[in-house]
Amino acid sequence: MDSTSPEPSLYTVKAVFILDNDGTRLLSKYYDPELYPTMKEQKNFERNVFNKTHKADNEIAFLEGMTIVYKSSIDLFFYVVGSAQENELMLMSVLNCLFDSLSQILRKNVERRCLLDNMEGVFLVVDEIIDGGVILECDPQQVLQKVNYRQVTESGYGFVLFDYITGSVEGQSERSQLLQTTTRYQNRALHST
Amino acid sequence: MIKNGSNPFQHLEKSAVLQEARIFNETPINPRRCLHILTKIIYLLNQGEHFGTTEATEAFFAMTRLFQSHDQTLRRMCYLTIKEMANISEDVIIVTSSLTKDMTGKEDVYRGPAIRALCRITDTTMLQAIERYMKQAIVDKVPSVSSSALVSSLHMVKGSYDVVKRWVNEAQEAASSDNIMVQYHALGLLYHLRKNDRLAVTKMLNKFTKSGLKSPFAYCMLIRIASKLLDETEGGHDSPLFDFIESCLRNKNEMVVYEAASAIVHMPNCTARELAPAVSVLQLFCSSPKAALRYAAVRTLNKVAMKHPSAVTACNLDLENLITDSNRSIATLAITTLLKTGSESSVDRLMKQISSFVSEISDEFKVVVVQAISALCQKYPRKHSVMMNFLSNMLRDDGGFEYKRAIVDCIISIIEENPESKETGLAHLCEFIEDCEHTVLATKILHLLGKEGPRTPQPSKYIRFIFNRVVLESEAVRAAAVSALAKFGAQNDDLLPSVLVLMQRCMMDSDDEVRDRATFYMNVLQQKQKALNAAYIFNGLSVSVPGLEKSLHQYTLEPSEKPFDMKTVPLATAPITEQKTEIAPVATSKLPEKLAPSRQDIYQEQLSGIPEFQGLGPLFKSSEPVQLTEAETEYVVRCIKHTFARHMVFQFDCTNTLNDQLLQKVVVQMEPSESYEVIHYVPAASLPYSQPGSCYTLVRLPDDDPTAVSCTFSCTLKYLVRDCDPNTGEPDDDGYDDEYVLEDLEVTVADHIQKVLKPNFGAAWEEVGDEFEKEETFALASVRTLDEAVGNIVSFLGMQPCERSDKVPENKNSHVLFLAGVFRGGHDVLVRARLALADGVTMQVTVRSSEETVVDVILASVG
Repeated sequence: MDSTSPEPSLYTVKAVFILDNDGTRLLSKYYDPELYPTMKEQKNFERNVFNKTHKADNEIAFLEGMTIVYKSSIDLFFYVVGSAQENELMLMSVLNCLFDSLSQILRKNVERRCLLDNMEGVFLVVDEIIDGGVILECDPQQVLQKVNYRQVTESGYGFVLFDYITGSVEGQSERSQLLQTTTRYQNRALHST
Repeated sequence: MIKNGSNPFQHLEKSAVLQEARIFNETPINPRRCLHILTKIIYLLNQGEHFGTTEATEAFFAMTRLFQSHDQTLRRMCYLTIKEMANISEDVIIVTSSLTKDMTGKEDVYRGPAIRALCRITDTTMLQAIERYMKQAIVDKVPSVSSSALVSSLHMVKGSYDVVKRWVNEAQEAASSDNIMVQYHALGLLYHLRKNDRLAVTKMLNKFTKSGLKSPFAYCMLIRIASKLLDETEGGHDSPLFDFIESCLRNKNEMVVYEAASAIVHMPNCTARELAPAVSVLQLFCSSPKAALRYAAVRTLNKVAMKHPSAVTACNLDLENLITDSNRSIATLAITTLLKTGSESSVDRLMKQISSFVSEISDEFKVVVVQAISALCQKYPRKHSVMMNFLSNMLRDDGGFEYKRAIVDCIISIIEENPESKETGLAHLCEFIEDCEHTVLATKILHLLGKEGPRTPQPSKYIRFIFNRVVLESEAVRAAAVSALAKFGAQNDDLLPSVLVLMQRCMMDSDDEVRDRATFYMNVLQQKQKALNAAYIFNGLSVSVPGLEKSLHQYTLEPSEKPFDMKTVPLATAPITEQKTEIAPVATSKLPEKLAPSRQDIYQEQLSGIPEFQGLGPLFKSSEPVQLTEAETEYVVRCIKHTFARHMVFQFDCTNTLNDQLLQKVVVQMEPSESYEVIHYVPAASLPYSQPGSCYTLVRLPDDDPTAVSCTFSCTLKYLVRDCDPNTGEPDDDGYDDEYVLEDLEVTVADHIQKVLKPNFGAAWEEVGDEFEKEETFALASVRTLDEAVGNIVSFLGMQPCERSDKVPENKNSHVLFLAGVFRGGHDVLVRARLALADGVTMQVTVRSSEETVVDVILASVG
């Protein structure tokens, strides 16, 4: 932590990752090419962070010269990493947005199994919150609206069939389907807040 | 889809997934299955699975077919795949037209992500083709489109600055958007495009600080820009920028308030009054229910406490409450802050608190704790026994290199500050090296043992620890142990026989360096001569290593009958600069430590490149720069005095601050007051606006009177002026001569003496002998304290204080100062000054040197 003030820049987030309760990587993105350039260094860092944080839910830690904010839910651990000079509250707002958006997509079942079943939604949410280290959006409602993701339900097979049938007449049905899903999400959002 | 098993992705086979990807080519497209396969591919990439170029390209091309489907999630996953594969697949630009279509299409959900994916695969040449679309997208009324375009532009500034800078007007328009994220991204892009143009940044700041912003992120960015600008322009704290930052302390968003408080705390030269409002908001944050906010607050307060401990005392109560915080990082920071602000009486209690949880915190914070203890020892030396106890316990715990090094450094500094703690400290360190895996630390401790051990009442007890290292350790440690042993043998006659026996054993070591050292020391010790011991065992070489290397290389190139003369090698400058490391969690630097050539080696190199200065011999000493003009004048001139054996070279670094003038044939004319003789002027050929140039003056020192060491020169800058166009720099054809009077330049005795550190002053004193010893007593009437007297003498003579004698213990009425140096021409000179405080300070100076005139010179100049 040197004494200089942070350089004015939009590049706030150095890395974000989601680990399970064994410390295994489920998703991770590194945005600063100079920080842990190899997969081995990244996994070592994640291992070190996990060992130091999984026992106590402390929200914030300082490791290997990085500020790390984190949160856990059942068998999942969410981490957002920034430089030592970074405003901790900015990192916190990214973490909260990530957690709240996923929580809504997973219908409050923020646990490993459910997350893995909806992995594409998770990838899309992360992509909408951070772009190359820049905070793109930090309002969960906006993120959900942009991702517009439908959760895989038990009637998943029905959807496949539905998609298959509508495949030929997609052009017409798509618009109404889109409207339906967005209103459905907005209603749910209203409901939950 | 695999529904059982805990992780559906766990046993994914890359080849199987790529096989599955063939269904991308089936008609009609099955969105759900394709989606799942894309997810698997991205998951594999994320796990670090390596994709070969051919297989990646194949999968990528198959994926492009999925653009025919209108399934939203599938399309979005295609964008992600494009971004993930941009670097591993070939010909990714094939999707350019599909993405351009989505980017300009009607579906708002696609447009933003399509822009981001497109910019990921676009280079400078292709960027021009989509420039029109990018400009439109930046000012698009849909926030996600505008944000995506702005952020993508920012990413591309690095590679295509010239194209992106044409979009400033659009970015400017976006900055007044109602959407908070668009505003933030626009501000970030604008700053990035303009950051090298201070005027434009100032204008931008003025505009936004007046109009106000909606986004808290944008406010944080603005605060950072403002504080950077304040720092660069050295703007006073009455500037509107400072007012703006201070006003942000009253923002309703915590993030902004914290950013502003942190910016104020980081400003250099902040007064206690200016800090107060920032400190009081941080104090409020200390009791926040949010751990991140408490952490941020206490970390920043910790920083304040380093420079202004009194400003933080108001928060002591809040900090005490944080000691029991369940987040150990917060507790550690709170304690270390309290250690800096607290009183002597609270130390014991705080130390007890720390020891209760030190094992639970990370190495980074352990280092912070050790550094806080180290600072505390300097503040309250009487507490050293408590600290030493605590440190020795920490030394026994597990921990990495940085942590152990911090503890060892701390113990060493306690030993140096408090002589009575020496024996306990050395005992702890001895125990530590018995089981130490870090070579650097072991050698450092062995060196310290060699230096301090022989002077303790019972030197023999250290021998065992040192010799154990010779038996058990790696080469580097063994070599250091041999050197340490030699010092015991040289200082303690009764130990000498046993040391010689041990040396004999070391001469059979398997490593060359260890054997060489042992043989060398063995032979020196057997001579039993004090002078040899002092020169070759205690005080070692004082030459600059790069200089020695160069001289030896030179010698081998031109073989001669004469033996190599050590005196031709330039001396090492500024031996042992003690840098107080700042007390903060250190981001471990990854820079390899290089032996950089010293400042003097660089000068030596530069001067030897000038033909007039060849044959002057090695450069003896270069002074610190002396300013010969005021800071804000037409021409800025500073002088560096280079001393050689019989000459001096004055280097004038001149800067022309007038943009309508070109100076030529610049020299500094010098008029000496004594019998110094100016031999030669080397002019600076031309001095354009704001480009520094150097001219030189060569002066011969008087041969006939070696005691004439001080002299005053009156200096005048002479030059030919050619007026020129301030915009183009094109000069007129003819010019005129002009001159400019500079301040006088002083040469003092300090310019003739180079500092040399003698680690063992007593031995050096004996080595020089009393053949030319002279002694005189002076009364320094105008000096009030011993500290002040010591400071004056050191800076006047320009010699190196040894044995830490430049630090005067508190509440003492007398002190002995030891100074060592080398006089021009290579004569060692040592000064012992006994100081006594009565009304003024009385000083008895004893000077020893290998040359009588040197002794006279020193005494004459002191008088």
